[in-house]
Amino acid sequence: MADVPSDAPEHCPGTSSDQAGKSSACQGCPNQNICASGAAKAPDPAIEEIRQKLTTVKHKILVLSGKGGVGKSTFSAHLSHALASDDSKEVALLDVDICGPSIPKIMGIEGEQVHQSGSGWSPVYVEDNLAVMSIGFLLSSPDDAVIWRGPKKNGMIKQFLRDVDWGEVDYLIVDTPPGTSDEHLSIVQYLSGAGIDGAVIITTPQEVSLQDVRKEIRFCQKVKIPIIGVIENMSGFVCPKCKNTSQIFPPTTGGAQRMCEELNLPLLGSVPLDPRIGRSCDEGKSFLTEVPDSPAAVAYQNIVQKIRDYCSSHTTSDHPF
Amino acid sequence: MDSSEKSNLHQVKHVVLVLSGKGGVGKSTITTELALALKHAGKKVGILDVDLCGPSIPRMLSVGKPEVHQCDAGWVPVYADPQQQLAIMSIGFLLEDSDEAVIWRGPKKTALIGQFVSDVAWGELDVLLVDTPPGTSDEHLAVLENLRKHRVDGAVLVTTPQAVSTGDVRREITFCKKTAVKILGIVENMSGFVCPHCSECSNIFSKGGGEELAKLTGSVFLGSVPLDPLLTASLEEGQDFLQAFPDSSTYTAISQIANTLLSSLDA
Ligand SMILES: Nc1ncnc2c1ncn2[C@@H]1O[C@H](COP(=O)(O)OP(=O)(O)OP(=O)(O)O)[C@@H](O)[C@H]1O
Ligand SMILES: Nc1ncnc2c1ncn2[C@@H]1O[C@H](COP(=O)(O)OP(=O)(O)OP(=O)(O)O)[C@@H](O)[C@H]1O
Ligand code: SF4
Ligand SMILES: [Mg+2]
Ligand SMILES: [Mg+2]
Ligand SMILES: [Zn+2]
Repeated sequence: MADVPSDAPEHCPGTSSDQAGKSSACQGCPNQNICASGAAKAPDPAIEEIRQKLTTVKHKILVLSGKGGVGKSTFSAHLSHALASDDSKEVALLDVDICGPSIPKIMGIEGEQVHQSGSGWSPVYVEDNLAVMSIGFLLSSPDDAVIWRGPKKNGMIKQFLRDVDWGEVDYLIVDTPPGTSDEHLSIVQYLSGAGIDGAVIITTPQEVSLQDVRKEIRFCQKVKIPIIGVIENMSGFVCPKCKNTSQIFPPTTGGAQRMCEELNLPLLGSVPLDPRIGRSCDEGKSFLTEVPDSPAAVAYQNIVQKIRDYCSSHTTSDHPF
Repeated sequence: MDSSEKSNLHQVKHVVLVLSGKGGVGKSTITTELALALKHAGKKVGILDVDLCGPSIPRMLSVGKPEVHQCDAGWVPVYADPQQQLAIMSIGFLLEDSDEAVIWRGPKKTALIGQFVSDVAWGELDVLLVDTPPGTSDEHLAVLENLRKHRVDGAVLVTTPQAVSTGDVRREITFCKKTAVKILGIVENMSGFVCPHCSECSNIFSKGGGEELAKLTGSVFLGSVPLDPLLTASLEEGQDFLQAFPDSSTYTAISQIANTLLSSLDA
C-alpha cells in the first residue's frame, strides 16, 4: 500500500490509496492508467514478505500515544533495556518516528551507521542481545531534516520490516511518533500478516494529554490491535529538598486511572517525574541501571513484568494468516 | 487564482508559525499564551490549529466544540472572547465526536489544510499564529505551500531544555532553512521548576538547552518559560493564565517573549 514509484510526482497519494490515479497530482503521471484501474491496489506483497521475514520474531509490541512528548521513546528504550537484562532473550527496538527519531540518542548510539549485510541491513547492536534500527542511523548529520510526506515515510517503514536482518528475536518493540497517521497505519498494515501482540499506551495525567490518548485508543480498536495496558508517565514530582509532591501535570479529570476505568483497560502503572530520567536519556544510558532503587525504576520494572506476563500468555502465532 | 482582493488572508498583517521537531514541548501552550498576550496588548489575533490528529487549542482556550458557520467568504472563525479579538479555527471543531480518531494519511491531511488556509474568513487580523503538530511532514509542507501565496513572516521554534528535544529542533531548523522560513526565535519551555513548598528550583527537564541551541545555530533566543503547574492547570480549564497570575515569573517570561516577537514583526 501507499507506495510512491520513483517516477511519480511529489504529491502522489500512493499507488494503493483511494485516490490513486485520480488525484490532481496524478494528472500527467506516467502511471496514471495503471493506478486508476485499481491494479496497483491489490494487497501489498510486502505484507506476506514481512510475515515470512518475521517468523523468527516471537512477540511484537507497539508503544503508542496520541500525545507528543509523553515519554513513548523513553519507555520503549527502557522496556528494551529491561527485557534484554535477561541474557537468554533477544530484543529488537525499531524506531518508526521518521521525522523526529529519538532512539539513537536515548540508547547512546547516535552517529552509528547501519551496514549492508548479505541478508539486508544489519541493525546497530547496543548489547549482544539488543538490536536497534532507526532512520537516525541513515542521516549524515545531527542537522539533517527528514522532510518527507506520508507515502515516502511508509516506504521507509516497509524497508525497516522487510529488509532489516533482525534474526531470532524474542521481543520486537516499536516506538512510534504521536498521532494516528501514516506511520501508525503503515506499521499496523505491514505487520497485519506477522501479527502484533498488542500496544502499550503512554499518557501523562492531564486532560490535554488524555483527550488525544482516547483517540489513540479508538485507533487501536478500529484497527483491532489489543491494548496491553496504559502507563501514566510524569505523574507527580517529589521535591528532593522538602520531599513534598507537586502535581506538575495535574490529573484534572482523574488521570489515567479514571480513563482506564471508563474504558475498561488495565492501568499498568504510574511513573513519577524524575530529573535523572531525562539526564539518563540525554547521556544515552539506562536509567534502570543508573538509579535502580529509585521509585521510577521500580515502577518501570513492575510495568515490564506485566508486559512479560502478557506476552507469555499470548503468542503471536495466535494470529492465523 | 486568488486575486489579493478576494483572498481571505488579505487583511492579515502577519503570519507566524509555531514549530518544533519534538512532541509535547509546549507548541500549543506557547501559541495560546502568545495569542492571549498579544490580545492584551490590544492586537487582533487569530489561531489556526493544523494539528489534525491531536488538536489542543479548543480546550486551551475553552471554546469547546462550537458549530462552525459558513458565510459567503468561507468558514467563520470561532471567537474566544466577546470583543472578537481572538479568532480560532481548529479541526477539533469539525469532528463529530471528540474521542474519534482522525486516521488520515498525508494526502488527505494536505487537502484539508489547503481548504483550511484559504477558506476561513479571518477578516482583519494583526497576527495569525499557526499551531502545528511535531515534525517536518505533510501538515508543515501543506501549511507553508498555502500560506506562502499570501505571506509567512517566520517561525517561532519551541523546545524543552533536554538534548533529546533540542536534537529534534535542530532538524526543524534545517527544515526552516530548506523551505526558506525565517526563524523569528527560539523559546525554551519547561525550564526549571520552583517547588511551591520550599522554593527549591529543580531542573526536571534540564536547563539552558534552548539558549545553547540558539547560540549554536545563530538564532534569536526569545526567552525561557519555567515549568509552572499553575500554567498547566489554567490550560486544562481554558482560563487566561496571564489575567489570573500577573505577578508570576511565568507571566513576565511570556510577556517579554510576546513583546520581543511583536517588535520583530513590526520592524
Ligand atoms: N518520568 C519522567 N521524568 C522525567 N523526565 C522524563 C520522564 N519520562 C520522560 N522524560 C523526558 O521527557 C522527554 C520526552 O520524553 P520522550 O522523548 O520519551 O517522549 P515521546 O513521547 O517519545 O515524544 P515524541 O512525541 O516527541 O516522540 C525526554 O527528554 C525524556 O527524557
Ligand atoms: N511551561 C509549562 N509549565 C507547565 N506545564 C506546561 C508548560 N508548557 C506546557 N505545559 C503543559 O504540558 C503539556 C504539553 O504542552 P502542549 O500540549 O502545549 O505541547 P505541544 O508541543 O503542543 O504537544 P503536541 O506535540 O502533542 O502538539 C500540556 O498539558 C501543557 O499544559
Ligand atoms: S498516478 Fe497518481 S497514484 Fe499513481 S503513481 Fe502517479 S501520482 Fe501516484
Ligand atoms: Mg518519541
Ligand atoms: Mg500541540
Ligand atoms: Zn520543595
